[in-house]
Amino acid sequence: MRHLLSAADLDRNQTTEIFDLAEEMSLVQGRPVKKLPALRGRTVVNLFFEDSTRTRSSFEIAGKWLSADVINISAKGSSVSKGESLRDTVLTVAAMGVDALVIRHHASGAPWQASRWIDAHVLNAGDGTHEHPTQALLDAFTIRRHFRRTVPDQVSFDGKTVAIVGDITHSRVARSNVLLLTTLGAQVIVVAPPTLLPSGIDSWPVLVCTDLDQVLPHADIVMMLRVQRERMSGGYFPTPREYTIGYGLTRPRLQAMKPGAAICHPGPMNRGLEISADAADAANSLILDQVAAGVSVRMSVLYELLGGSE
Amino acid sequence: MTDLLIRGADLNGRGRSDLLIRDGSFTDPSDAGGDLDRLDADGLIALPGLVDLHTHLREPGREDAETVESGTLAAARGGFTAVLAMANTTPVTDTAEAAAHVATLGARDGQAQVVPVGAVSKGLEGVELAELGLMARCSAGVRVFSDDGHCVADARLMRRALEYVRAFDGVVAQHAQDPQLAGAGACCHEGEISGKLGLPGWPAAAEAGVVARDVQIAELTRSRLHICHVSCAETVDVIRWAKQRNVNVTAEVAPHHLALTTSEVLGYDPTYKVNPPLRPHEHVEALREALADGTIDAVATDHAPHARHDKEHAFAEAAFGMLGLETALGVLIQTMINSGLLSWPELAKRMSIMPAHIARLSDQGRPLAIGEPANVVLIDPAARAVVDRDASVSLSRNNPWHGRELPDPVVATIWAGRITYQKER
Repeated sequence: MRHLLSAADLDRNQTTEIFDLAEEMSLVQGRPVKKLPALRGRTVVNLFFEDSTRTRSSFEIAGKWLSADVINISAKGSSVSKGESLRDTVLTVAAMGVDALVIRHHASGAPWQASRWIDAHVLNAGDGTHEHPTQALLDAFTIRRHFRRTVPDQVSFDGKTVAIVGDITHSRVARSNVLLLTTLGAQVIVVAPPTLLPSGIDSWPVLVCTDLDQVLPHADIVMMLRVQRERMSGGYFPTPREYTIGYGLTRPRLQAMKPGAAICHPGPMNRGLEISADAADAANSLILDQVAAGVSVRMSVLYELLGGSE
Repeated sequence: MTDLLIRGADLNGRGRSDLLIRDGSFTDPSDAGGDLDRLDADGLIALPGLVDLHTHLREPGREDAETVESGTLAAARGGFTAVLAMANTTPVTDTAEAAAHVATLGARDGQAQVVPVGAVSKGLEGVELAELGLMARCSAGVRVFSDDGHCVADARLMRRALEYVRAFDGVVAQHAQDPQLAGAGACCHEGEISGKLGLPGWPAAAEAGVVARDVQIAELTRSRLHICHVSCAETVDVIRWAKQRNVNVTAEVAPHHLALTTSEVLGYDPTYKVNPPLRPHEHVEALREALADGTIDAVATDHAPHARHDKEHAFAEAAFGMLGLETALGVLIQTMINSGLLSWPELAKRMSIMPAHIARLSDQGRPLAIGEPANVVLIDPAARAVVDRDASVSLSRNNPWHGRELPDPVVATIWAGRITYQKER
């Protein structure tokens, strides 16, 4: 694997390989000395054009536990306003001799463009309203662990149903999860008011529903998406109250979930809006497991890209 | 100036004849004296020099991207003898002085006639009318007014502009883009691909809706309205409807909208970022049909040069626009002549006669006949070449045709009796 730009870059075998390795990596997390020497001498740059403390820290820890040299560069703000082009920024960083560039950008497609300009491996850490493949990987990894509690060797998600609920239009998490979960065999149902369903959704490999209550009893996993502040003022729905009543995972809805079903949320949560405190803290909530999985999955991905070869 | 004899060209696709040029005009070939230059045009087609209603020359303001000289060199290379220079320069062409300045630059550096377009509103801000009458009266004699790059979104301002320019036979050329439906960030046709790529959508309704409004205002005010760069089937339907009602509306289409589709943006290459955006196949088909049946009157390039660094941002942040002057005729031959949708005289009408008529250019788009101004392009309809962006005479390189084989038809361009481009043979 040269780059990880899209969840569509991964087939079922590669994903399973990443997950199996991530399980091994997660054992490191339990040790008093957490370093593995796997990427000693390799340099990973986190090039973040958009703030994201969680994702950046997660990549940083992942790189450091693999003994890579990790450098964080914040290039926040539009490069247009600074007068430097994206190409110049990327070439400048690459010229320092980095092995992998982890790119987070507020504009869709930026990591694709970067991958055409430089030789280093490019890892998409979230681009605009497009994709966030490592988030999808850690979500699916967490879901696999959840399924394995009942069926220990569960590999595929065949026959499982995942509901993704919320702002699908602007969600990179949703796009990557649809691609990856479908690759793994799950049936994805996206649930949102019509104003938050992207154009062309009919061509996606998903079922579309505008009624959460209709979907809840059938979903093995309910993945709630964050409602961004700017959507609340953008006229996508009348009021936060109406959104919560229509699409929030409220306490009464917890009762309507399929027995054994689990709850995911990529964070950060708006408690009381898309997810109630009862749901967030429920016994079947996987939200903290997702965060914990982030580091081991990213270690695994960095190793897949940088380890072994050369 | 020595006389120039063009031998054996097929005039406008209607039959072979010699053309003699003396003092900038065509004259009787039998008057040819001994001292003359000859241009062998055996097997070539002669069309009246092409006229581009929609060119961004970037001077004054962004001389790193294009100048009047380089832009008109590109025009001559593409067979054009006149270009309308859009108003979105720095400063904006919104005063008589600014318009006269552009005309002066054209007279000094131009390899084609340079005709300034005046802004509709001061600073292209869409709030107050620019000095339309003074621009019309000044030495530049502005007749075409456009806020191109921005829509005249305010219906009242549009009405006033349309009414006002009637006094001097002006035309308002509208960049139709409802700013509420397609804001400044909209950069991809709203549909399957914008949803997949996570790019802000630019729905066809944002164009057709404004055009539907404007043709009704034009009917109300009995004014001349022109629609810039029509990009979608819905707009074609509206214009067809308006023409049936005898509304005084004309429309143009850009070569790229006749050939390229939304799928070009799948790789996030900002070369293909243009406003209005590339549309899916069915729109391309509708535009070709509309150009063939005359619903769309003219081809206009929307030649939009950009410095390399302005195109090397993330897709959503890169500049809008692509080069067009040098490749326009090749694209039209490929899409309209080779497909049988247009004959040569019909092509001449859409790339020379109608644009000249819309812009009220008396010396352009004229017949290739004795006594007429000698503006002519000689075409080898069979010549083809792979487009190389680095071979362009434009100062910019945002060429969507780079690496593609296209007809490369222009053998020579003659503006006012002077050879402005001649292919090395």
